[in-house]
Amino acid sequence: MDRDALNRLRWRCTRRALLELDLLLGHFLDTRFADLDEAQAQEFAELADLEDFALWPLINGDQEPKNPQQAAVLAMLRSSRTRNPA
Amino acid sequence: MSYSNIAVRKFDAVIVGAGGAGLRAAIQLSESGLKVAVLSKVFPTRSHTVAAQGGVSASLGNSEPDHWTWHMYDTVKGSDWLGDQDAIEFMCRKAPEVVVELEHFGMPFDRTDEGKIYQRPFGGHMSNFGEKPVRRACAAADRTGHAMLHALYQRNVRARTQFFVEWMALDLIRDADGHVLGVSALEMETGEVTIFHAKATIFATGGAGRIFASSTNAFINTGDGLGMAARAGIPLEDMEFWQFHPTGVAGAGVLITEGVRGEGGILRNASGERFMERYAPNAKDLASRDVVSRAMTTEINEGRGCGPHKDFVLLDITHLPPETIMKRLPGIREISIQFAGVDPIKAPIPVVPTCHYQMGGIPTNYKGQVVVPLGDDPAVPVPGFYAAGECACASVHGANRLGTNSLLDLLVFGKASGEAVVEDLKQMPAEHRPLPADAIERTRERLERLDARNGGESEYETRLALQRVMQAHCGVFRFKDKLAEGVEMILDVEQRVGKVSIKDKSKVWNTARVEALELDNLIEVAKATMISANARLESRGAHVRDDAPDTAERPNGRNDTEWLKHTLWSRDGNSLAYKPVKLEPLTVESIALKTRSY
Ligand SMILES: Cc1cc2nc3c(=O)[nH]c(=O)nc-3n(C[C@H](O)[C@H](O)[C@H](O)COP(=O)(O)OP(=O)(O)OC[C@H]3O[C@@H](n4cnc5c(N)ncnc54)[C@H](O)[C@@H]3O)c2cc1C
Repeated sequence: MDRDALNRLRWRCTRRALLELDLLLGHFLDTRFADLDEAQAQEFAELADLEDFALWPLINGDQEPKNPQQAAVLAMLRSSRTRNPA
Repeated sequence: MSYSNIAVRKFDAVIVGAGGAGLRAAIQLSESGLKVAVLSKVFPTRSHTVAAQGGVSASLGNSEPDHWTWHMYDTVKGSDWLGDQDAIEFMCRKAPEVVVELEHFGMPFDRTDEGKIYQRPFGGHMSNFGEKPVRRACAAADRTGHAMLHALYQRNVRARTQFFVEWMALDLIRDADGHVLGVSALEMETGEVTIFHAKATIFATGGAGRIFASSTNAFINTGDGLGMAARAGIPLEDMEFWQFHPTGVAGAGVLITEGVRGEGGILRNASGERFMERYAPNAKDLASRDVVSRAMTTEINEGRGCGPHKDFVLLDITHLPPETIMKRLPGIREISIQFAGVDPIKAPIPVVPTCHYQMGGIPTNYKGQVVVPLGDDPAVPVPGFYAAGECACASVHGANRLGTNSLLDLLVFGKASGEAVVEDLKQMPAEHRPLPADAIERTRERLERLDARNGGESEYETRLALQRVMQAHCGVFRFKDKLAEGVEMILDVEQRVGKVSIKDKSKVWNTARVEALELDNLIEVAKATMISANARLESRGAHVRDDAPDTAERPNGRNDTEWLKHTLWSRDGNSLAYKPVKLEPLTVESIALKTRSY
């Protein structure tokens, strides 16, 4: 992902409608995103483009992921606890 | 960037903000055939209005008798008599109309068996002038704000409103006569600045809850509209009044609904004591928001908080059967695991009183026109300038907002400001007033400073310092000495804000730059709040001081003789002025002053 795309992703991860998702996505971007391969990074960017009430049920398991790739990224997202972020 | 040949786009009206208030205003303008631009930092349906769950109030009387005068009474009382009664009458009378209109725009409200809009009770909303709770909140499941925003957005698409998405307005443009002529704005995708030249400008930029370290507000709520107004010489009204929610997750702010205590959740201090028994022997953990928040703060201040820094208390539901938690509170369990690292079935949730809603804002009348003092008149409209929603102060919430009255505020004053623009434009010449030569000066100075400076203060650290000062010195419960100290400290932070530098000087999607620009707005809101709070020597609504306690002579510490007035803070010299509260409604009798008790 080039720098502009990454910066755009950062904006879309940290200016959400729900505080829950600002915290979760922002923290993930800072701590885990660099470990993703290109396909996973793309998947994450697609998730980040979803509206909050489309994404939140995927994260908390109320809704089934659309494919195994998405499921894998969601699992990473879920496990990247955001306890006491700044 | 060259500022000499900056792009200028002309519109009849520009609206900054695409949340509930901005979208409602835009419908009014677009459907009147005006050429309107709506700017938003995010895609419209990502605005913070989405987070509102509880509902929107209107005395429809669908489930039981209700009347707008009862709603008006509740709102005046909720405001602790600081709300303007003309604006409150206007809002409560219009409520049924705007809610039914929203239904016609396609809002999927919950229904009664007869197919009417379903209504539920909500704190502070009563029948027959405070007698007993009434069903007044209209909701779409627990996604009222989300559903509302979608309905309003679709209606705008139909009306061909022009959106500028991921554009950040930077500064208000005024000419030498004080007329507002639009805004400068940054397109994030290119980093370029454009002038939106308009005959009318409506601010609908939402709240500024991020001035506090602990906030239920999403990151976007940086008070940009307030910062822009303040820099352009518009005073901010009643900024000392902020509503705190008792149960935000410690360290994260995420809201834990009142429903958890409704299901039997208990607040405990470090020794495990159910301390609310001491503060509210009857209602205990279910006492009103401000009572619970203050009790929690007292526990923490007196050293009975939990954790290594003794800075939170615990919300305990471990005594509830796991099935109940899984069935009734699944969302809360998820939030707790995710943001507190605690499974509430096994351990209590760390919580703190958390900033939730900004009652003050840009002063307007009930038509949504921005008003400022001029000569003897405390409220003269600023030509071409309007505001609505959480960034505005009409003032309907006064010293304390009732739940569900904010979504109503967006609809009523969003629409009213749109109508005012349509009317006012009829009186204006067809030509735009010319832009002043210095139209872009303020913006240029801010951007060049960020481009030029290296090795200054870190934006992140400075914002954190700002938030900590506000939280520690101007939180739920206010102390004379802490406020005085807080004023000094926030002025120090202001010095640091002026020295912020960013490492990344790129233009495209430069989040660091945008955040530094947001910080310019946060500091204006923080100063306004701290300085206004320090000066108001009484307790009223959400503003509670230790040196203005509850006495027989002054119940709740409220002092109507000296303080029944609105604060106006001006950026220039941090000066304060005051204006009278409008106690006269439009058509009905004034609701006489009384002690606020529930
Ligand atoms: C968790 C939570 C729950 C709530 N629940 C309820 C409830 O149940 N009932 C109720 O009545 N109230 C509730 N409230 C309060 C209510 O949701 C808000 O007061 C209201 O939604 C604010 O709407 P708004 O249109 O003023 O602003 P917002 O919806 O916040 O929209 C602001 C808009 O301004 C734009 N913007 C801001 N700055 C700029 C800039 N510089 N340039 C361009 N665009 C900009 C943003 O992009 C956004 O589009 C709740 C609040 C929270 C935090």
